[in-house]
Amino acid sequence: MKEEKQELTPWDRVQIARARDRPTALDYISLIFRSFMEMHGDREFGDDPAIVGGLARIHHRNVTVIGQQKGRTTKENIKRNFGMPSPEGYRKALRLMKQAEKFHRPIICFVDTPGAFCGIEAEERGQGEAIARNLFEMSSLKVPVLSIVIGEGGSGGALALAVANQVWMLENSMYSILSPEGFASILWKDGKRADEAAAVMKCTAKDLKELGIIEKIIEEKEPVSIVNIESVANQMKKGIIEFLESYDGKTGEEIAEERYSRFRSF
Amino acid sequence: MLRDMFKKTDTKTSEKKAKQSRKAARRSQQEPQVPEGLFQKCQNCGETVYAEDVAENNDICPHCNSYFRISPRKRIGMIIDEGTFEEWDADLESTDPLHFPGYKKKLENLKQLTDLSEAVVTGKGTINGLPTVIAVMGTDFMMGSMGEAVGEKVTRAVERATANRLPIVIFTCSGGARMQEGMVSLMQMAKTSAALKKHDEAGLLYVTVLTDPTTGGVTASFAMLGDVILAEPKALIGFAGPRVIAQTIGQKLPEGFQTAEFLLEHGFVDKIVERKNLKYVLYTLIRSC
Repeated sequence: MKEEKQELTPWDRVQIARARDRPTALDYISLIFRSFMEMHGDREFGDDPAIVGGLARIHHRNVTVIGQQKGRTTKENIKRNFGMPSPEGYRKALRLMKQAEKFHRPIICFVDTPGAFCGIEAEERGQGEAIARNLFEMSSLKVPVLSIVIGEGGSGGALALAVANQVWMLENSMYSILSPEGFASILWKDGKRADEAAAVMKCTAKDLKELGIIEKIIEEKEPVSIVNIESVANQMKKGIIEFLESYDGKTGEEIAEERYSRFRSF
Repeated sequence: MLRDMFKKTDTKTSEKKAKQSRKAARRSQQEPQVPEGLFQKCQNCGETVYAEDVAENNDICPHCNSYFRISPRKRIGMIIDEGTFEEWDADLESTDPLHFPGYKKKLENLKQLTDLSEAVVTGKGTINGLPTVIAVMGTDFMMGSMGEAVGEKVTRAVERATANRLPIVIFTCSGGARMQEGMVSLMQMAKTSAALKKHDEAGLLYVTVLTDPTTGGVTASFAMLGDVILAEPKALIGFAGPRVIAQTIGQKLPEGFQTAEFLLEHGFVDKIVERKNLKYVLYTLIRSC
């Protein structure tokens, strides 16, 4: 009984996943990869600071890295819209992924978003279409794709960067159909029951591993913060290198077919 | 005197009775007792209209022209040539992957209340003689939400269309992903989109017809992936629900926001088609591809 009490509840984990001092995509990118060079814009409308992406190297390999980026200060959060991407963010991500495919670079995505941005402009520019297009195109990419949920994995807005060969989660991250608050208010007409919702929706790394929705949990001995990020980043780096090596010698068709089967099984 | 009193009372009583019966008569005039199903009330204009007139008018209000939501079976009757529809996976149901409290029972009840076993009907038939695969969603079943059964039925229909080199037409209406199946529902977005990608790579035609309401996870997956995207007039179509957006931005939404017409204006819909013309437009598209 005592041990159960010490175990973090799903709601505790949701709060850790959202914590202000939780490291963001760029924090991991700078520790894991060498010479990250950011690229901007979707070539159609603009550049969305809620998604970052570009070229990088890891263990003598070229890769494309893309991440949803929350701000590390209030000012930066406003600029990055609290990590809630707009359609042009998803279109930038897709542009970079198609480019990665062209040049045979594997793709590593970092997922960390409360959800896709819900606003008038997002609807005008086709938020639904942008997400749908990513799911559609990512499903057949001929290069390996790995997505790692580092904080919040908010619904379709997260999935649009997670149609991957493998999806991993940090131990205290979450990945859900909707925020627990939204879930509680839709199903029980009471947004205050978010803690209960977090438990029944099965949104923790452990639950999702059991459901077969993710492949791997990256352990956090203590909730990861800027102080202890290095051990988590090292673990991640080791895992990423192994992941990349496991695709050596596979054809593009095999890689795409493996991804198709992964999602087909759900 | 006593008798008079009684008489009086008697009179009073009968007057009361008469008054009561007159009242009852008036009431029954205001609320006519009619056989159930003879009239329908339009959700848009509030007018009471003859069900027969509505049915003859393709389920469109004869008074204000607003489109009534229709069941998948009725839709199939409007689009697919009579006697050619072959239903697929009619018994495919959700396995309740999260063991969500009360969900199984809810599904059972809906199966009794509607003529559906899930929120989509899939199968094969012909449109003016041209064979096609068709999937039609229905709002009567948990607001057309997509869980594993809907995702699986749509995916199988797409895969069979690819294998048989057939076009596929999907009529969408949905509140989005099904909450009671959590992340399993979310995965259906990727699964259906991936199947459509293979259908696309095989060089086959996919047409979506967006009907009221098409939102959430369905908008952000197969609804928006058609080679041709059609919509019914005035249908609500969007990613986030209007209430969510209004809450997020804290202001009222502009008139006509997230209607089919709004999407047409912003370049996300090829064509708005009136219900009576849908069969012909679909036939023309299939003939051209």
